[in-house]
Amino acid sequence: MNIHEYQAKQLLKQHGVAVPSGEPCKTVAEAKAAAEKIFAAGHTLAVIKSQIHAGGRGKGTFKHGFKGGVKLAKSVDEAVNFAENMLGQTLVTVQTGPEGRVVQTILVAAAEKILKEFYLAVLLDRANSRPLIMASTEGGVDIEEVAAHTPEKIIKEWVDPAVGIQPFQARKIASGLGLKGDAFNGAVKLIMGVYKTWWESDASMVEINPLAVVETPSGKEAIICVDAKIGLDDNALYRHADIQAMRDLAEESPLEIEASKYALNYIKLDGSIACLVNGAGLAMSTMDIIQHFGGMPANFLDVGGGASKDQVSAAFKIILSDPNVKAIFVNIFGGIMDCNVIATGIVEAVRETGLKLPLVVRLEGNNVAAGKATLAASGLTIISGDTMADAAKKVVAAVAA
Amino acid sequence: MSILVTPQTRLLVQGITGAFGARHAQLSIDYGTQVVAGVTPGKGGQIFEHRGVKVPIFDTVAEAVRETKATASAVFVPPPFAADAILEGVDAHLDLVVAITEGIPVIDMIKVKRAMQGSTTRLIGPNCPGIVTPGEGKDSHGGCRIGIAPGYIHKRGNIGVVSRSGTLTYEAVFQLTSRGVGQSTCVGIGGDPVNGTSHLDVVQMFMADPDTHGIIMIGEIGGSAEEEAAEWIKAHGTKPVAGFIAGATAPPGRRMGHAGAIVSGGKGTAQAKFDAFRAAGIGVAATPSEMADTLLKMM
Repeated sequence: MNIHEYQAKQLLKQHGVAVPSGEPCKTVAEAKAAAEKIFAAGHTLAVIKSQIHAGGRGKGTFKHGFKGGVKLAKSVDEAVNFAENMLGQTLVTVQTGPEGRVVQTILVAAAEKILKEFYLAVLLDRANSRPLIMASTEGGVDIEEVAAHTPEKIIKEWVDPAVGIQPFQARKIASGLGLKGDAFNGAVKLIMGVYKTWWESDASMVEINPLAVVETPSGKEAIICVDAKIGLDDNALYRHADIQAMRDLAEESPLEIEASKYALNYIKLDGSIACLVNGAGLAMSTMDIIQHFGGMPANFLDVGGGASKDQVSAAFKIILSDPNVKAIFVNIFGGIMDCNVIATGIVEAVRETGLKLPLVVRLEGNNVAAGKATLAASGLTIISGDTMADAAKKVVAAVAA
Repeated sequence: MSILVTPQTRLLVQGITGAFGARHAQLSIDYGTQVVAGVTPGKGGQIFEHRGVKVPIFDTVAEAVRETKATASAVFVPPPFAADAILEGVDAHLDLVVAITEGIPVIDMIKVKRAMQGSTTRLIGPNCPGIVTPGEGKDSHGGCRIGIAPGYIHKRGNIGVVSRSGTLTYEAVFQLTSRGVGQSTCVGIGGDPVNGTSHLDVVQMFMADPDTHGIIMIGEIGGSAEEEAAEWIKAHGTKPVAGFIAGATAPPGRRMGHAGAIVSGGKGTAQAKFDAFRAAGIGVAATPSEMADTLLKMM
């Protein structure tokens, strides 16, 4: 699960991490009040940030023509103007696709005077199954570029999960970033807090980019998280009611939400051949084999190892509500699952939905003969494929026809 | 021979009284596997009975091991309790713990792996279909089936299969069996980002097993375990290996069903894994329909 920047900063703050003072606002009136507070506290700039689950906000454009999903305001009036142009409007960025996302919330925060930017992240290192803290002096830029071209500029520190992060590790990182004095001490506390946020929230990733040394209104140096991104481990949400409450359904695809109600794993893609498959690996391979024979998959859909008739029926309705779909490819390897149950589910779903599109079915495994007989006896025009390759060729041909 | 388990392996099932665990304990008994004990805390003293086979249930793994000499365990315990169940098996000095459970929090598995350092127990999974060493009987009856794989698609023979995905493993096994080619052992290592046993671990076991003559290695996007195995094969491989990687068409940044199947930060792409396979002389199946044929052509 992903959460908004303002929610990520709330979690960080709970773990003692310094973030700029600010508030999430859902109305222009709230934004005005938040901006007034910031200017009253002596700040000379406020930043107004659109809250959507996609990157590239600063360079994005709203559908009504307003440019920039992140803006700096020099006055309360300016902040109000930006809030009016963002709230309720649709922001299009490189990551949202052309349809964009409606901005429901903006973060109004103090814009500190940034002296130097850094990068900080905590993630799982899959190679050794340990938490990894990554930091770099190259902040505010694409870290993948840094990793590819100047890997020596990335500091890595692994944490022993038996004892947790030790202060010396945070000191090593702060020193590696070239920090001194107040900024050094602040960074040590901040790094410890960012790590604890990752561990205690069951995050999959905490990314602070940029982390910044700033000059506070009183002229002192401080280190704070200017931007923050947190991804969470879905499997651990059951033990974090507070984080579950942060889920924003408006940021998720309606079809994916519908699929999750039936315990179906569905991801919408851009192609024209819908897939219905059991098992994640087979579902991915089904997409791959469609592309191999010249087609484009419309979705990833794993109905799981023990799919029921209801799930098959729900799956059909979901894939058919994608207007790009021109044909359907059902690929089932029924190991334990009874192929005849699946076949019955397919026949019912086709009748219920009045399916007009070409349907190619490849069934293999347990009780496959009965399953194939059920399909044949249905009187429906179902194209049968013997192997995955045979079925994939047939479905690609059906779309091309 | 085979790797990890033989038809004589004495299996205990943790979570044998749950619907999922019970169903697959029954299927393992039907397959002829030596299911000697069940563990469900609070139900010790009861009997799990299936087709005349009586399996005693214990409150703890330690007690089950002491009373029945079980050496391997299948974990069917729900996700919030699965890490504890795995470590209970480790504490009881089992040779093998196979965690079928899907949905264990990553941090729980990070702790489990740390706690297992220095232990002699091998963990397979979690989120995996388990292990099958096929038997000599009809439809490979009489083998050792730990987990949820369909036993009947197997055939006793000399090909080792290792995979992160369940259904894709069955696909490869079915292709082999349909061509009259049997398997020594088939191992599903699971689709989670933190798992007990890697592709490399299993490949090394297959290379050392005199009865395994060729290997099918199936991977998917995410992580770099396939690359590590390929690198080792390049330097030390002595048997033909063919493989496939699922997820070439997966969009970056999205988890494709398995928690570990994600391309993040440009890492873990199918392309990088296929390249590593080719560089190591591993036969690459152009489509998942050709996994068996690709290997058989090399043998």
